[in-house]
Amino acid sequence: MLVGLTDIPWAIILILLPLAAGMGCFLWPQIMKTLGLLTVFVVALSVIGLAWQIFNNGVYRHTVGGWSAPLGIELYADGLSLFMLAATALVGCGISIYSTAYFKHEVAARFWPLWLLLLGALNALFLSADIFNLYVTLESMGLAAVALAALTGSKDALGGAMRYLLAALLGSLAYLLGVALLYHGYGSVDIAILAERVEPSPVVWAALGLIAAGLMLKTAVFPLHFWLPPAHASAPAPVSAALSALVVKASFYILLRLWLEIFGPVADDSIGMLLGLLGAAAILWGSVQALRQTRLKLLIAYSTVAQIGYLFLAFPLATGAGVTAWSAVVYLALSHALAKSAMFLAAGNLLRFGGHDRIADLDRVVQRLPLTATAFALAGVSIMGLPPSGGFIGKWLLLEAALTQQQWGLAAVMIIGGLLAAGYIFKVLGHTFTPAPVTHEPTVVPASMEWSALLLALAAILLGFLAVPLLSLLGIGNPFGISEVSS
Amino acid sequence: MSSVFFYALVGVGLFTLGLHALIVQTHLLRKILALNVMGSGVFLVLIALARRSGETAPDPVPHAMVITGIVVAVSATALALTLLLKLAAATGRAELPDEQQDSH
Repeated sequence: MLVGLTDIPWAIILILLPLAAGMGCFLWPQIMKTLGLLTVFVVALSVIGLAWQIFNNGVYRHTVGGWSAPLGIELYADGLSLFMLAATALVGCGISIYSTAYFKHEVAARFWPLWLLLLGALNALFLSADIFNLYVTLESMGLAAVALAALTGSKDALGGAMRYLLAALLGSLAYLLGVALLYHGYGSVDIAILAERVEPSPVVWAALGLIAAGLMLKTAVFPLHFWLPPAHASAPAPVSAALSALVVKASFYILLRLWLEIFGPVADDSIGMLLGLLGAAAILWGSVQALRQTRLKLLIAYSTVAQIGYLFLAFPLATGAGVTAWSAVVYLALSHALAKSAMFLAAGNLLRFGGHDRIADLDRVVQRLPLTATAFALAGVSIMGLPPSGGFIGKWLLLEAALTQQQWGLAAVMIIGGLLAAGYIFKVLGHTFTPAPVTHEPTVVPASMEWSALLLALAAILLGFLAVPLLSLLGIGNPFGISEVSS
Repeated sequence: MSSVFFYALVGVGLFTLGLHALIVQTHLLRKILALNVMGSGVFLVLIALARRSGETAPDPVPHAMVITGIVVAVSATALALTLLLKLAAATGRAELPDEQQDSH
């Protein structure tokens, strides 16, 4: 029976099912909630199936339609892909449960198809093994994300979505030009083939510059983060959660993957250092901006800008402590996905409850919405990097990598970033305990919306206890390429 | 200078020109058009570089990429134009709202 489980093409289900179900939601809007929930649960099961498959058989490869590498499209899954797929599935389940109660009929009819298409595009992106297919999936993800951000049709949402779309398209075009140069230089778009052929040359530098700039714009790393706060803060809560937790991670994943396989081995240390310095600037700038905000959703959006900064610290630290630094950021990306989605969903509950998201006017929500307040606090523990939480493990490993290499500056930024995070999270928590001068007639928040936020936050905490087995799972297929040179 | 190199250079020129317009123009329709010009630039680079030196038949793979790219560009432009219409209907202006207004 268990042998049979490894024969099922889980990766194919992960891509085709959400896309088909998304289309199905257009065709049969009356069953879209059931269809949507069923799809995300099957996707979650398929991720477990894929994990089982690559745990037993090693990395997963599939040539689509039987056309192999130089011409055809290949799918590939190792520990790194699996981590990103797992983050998508977990956050996807939480967001879907939340959304069944959150969206009223008309908006729901637009939400479900787009959300499932986004899910399919994300899964396809994490399974792609060639840089052109990554472009296609990046675009399909981006278009679905922009449409979701504009869902409410309010002035703020449309403006935020428009800015987001322009930034996303600019980023993709820069990336595509980089792909064109790499293809011209080395005659392939397959990552593994490129990794073997690539050598230091002006073509590679130009491609690296274009690809890195394009993906950094899409990941919203400082100073290219201008589009993120308005788009993430003005979208509906489940969409903000998906954008902050998953969509920005997808472009980071591409950058990470290409850096590990193609650019890292030939790039100069100073490029990694530059990425690290931008990350450090993002941590400080994002955290200070988050502290200054008076609206909860903008505070959380700026916190995303800061937390993305941590991911870029791995690039300079990997030269001396490869596996530690890379594992740290992937763990951090997963923890942030869970904690940040929990935080945005909790903010959505507070917004629904009080009719506003002004931090100063949060009126004794600890007593009135205890589950939501707990979800926010637990997610905050992971964002601050306090033990025991996934955020703690990630930041601890990253700090360890910095200290062993005597990168005191980067270590100091990490610690200051943690303190600032504590500052903005306690600023919110403080107001949840006190009565506000202006009170509002509260609206009832459905239990499924409270519980889905709480469960995601609990998952972020739980990650703090599962570091050893999860990190060994991450090592499948040796994604950080330390001991083996080529496959 | 070979003709292949010339076309690739024109492609890069279009990309740069589009980027400039995307940044300096305020009207959103012009920004969307600028992105389309940038896209055409990338496609021109791909098509030009498909003809590798020393080979008679051009490489078909970049052509396939350009066709995929055009499909993506058309969908993206359609989405951008729809957003533009909605935004213009909601605000009365076909421009991005000021960044500062969101913070309060």
